[in-house]
Amino acid sequence: MKHQRDGAPGYALSTLDALVAWGRRYSLFPLTFATACCGIEVMGALGTHYDISRFGAEVVRFSPRQADVLLVAGTVNYKMAPVLRRIYDQMLEPKWVISMGACACSGGFYNNYTVLQGIDKIMPVDVYIPGCPPNPEGIIDAVVQIQKIIETGAPRAAERWTKR
Amino acid sequence: MSTVLEKLAGSFGTEIVATHSDFGDDTALVRRDRIVEILAFLKDDPELLFDFAMDLTGVDHFGEEPRFEVVYHLYSLEKKHRVRIKVRLPEDDPVIDSAVPVWPGINWYEREAYDMYGIVFRGHPKLTRILMYEGFVGHPLRKDYPKDRRQPTIGPEE
Repeated sequence: MKHQRDGAPGYALSTLDALVAWGRRYSLFPLTFATACCGIEVMGALGTHYDISRFGAEVVRFSPRQADVLLVAGTVNYKMAPVLRRIYDQMLEPKWVISMGACACSGGFYNNYTVLQGIDKIMPVDVYIPGCPPNPEGIIDAVVQIQKIIETGAPRAAERWTKR
Repeated sequence: MSTVLEKLAGSFGTEIVATHSDFGDDTALVRRDRIVEILAFLKDDPELLFDFAMDLTGVDHFGEEPRFEVVYHLYSLEKKHRVRIKVRLPEDDPVIDSAVPVWPGINWYEREAYDMYGIVFRGHPKLTRILMYEGFVGHPLRKDYPKDRRQPTIGPEE
């Protein structure tokens, strides 16, 4: 029997990680931070037609303590920014962030004195969904992308983010 | 001239700068010194009874003097008629008496006009920003507010 190098992950730990990742992948509880028309598309994605529960992400939690994914859907202005950041800080690790729509990604066409020019100015973002508003397929795709992040063990945005 | 404007001109002759009824909207441009008296008259006179202050807003006539303007839109639920009152304020002294003693509901409109234009309403019970956050500097709807100015993002601890 060949011994492994010191410090390398052992056999048991590796499979446990994979098991936990498998569980996390299909039980992503989103917290929908809906501030604009993107929120309507989120409702569409949750409904029977698009049915995001096929991907295990239908249990919407409005308490940040119970949520895994922060789904920011809509315009965030400077007055709302500290509130959003506080909700993000209250979420338990590991956590992921989806920035949905042009407004959350970059401010959209609200390039003015009051709208935050992208939520990645105040928090790390794992997946961006473009569109104004994106359709529910975009949300499903974002959930699948997060499942891929968990599956491959790719670093989350929180691990490489620095405040700009 | 309509009944409303006639009554107004009859009671406050020298305070009224100009009137018109363009497009059917009675409008009076008045001086600011006795504005609360004028508004209270409009509210209390039994023939006028403007009991509903529908809106108050500011206007920035940048490059003109007097630069700022406050516009009141009044409606009478009893008489079903409307009037628009305008007051011009100079740039170096954009101060006017508060109308909160006349209509308590005009409170937030005055705070909005203060927030966006920097118009000061003397005697207002709580003249603070209502739309922008506390740390915001300047008045964003003034025409000389730089359109590309971005202020620092405030954190949750501040």
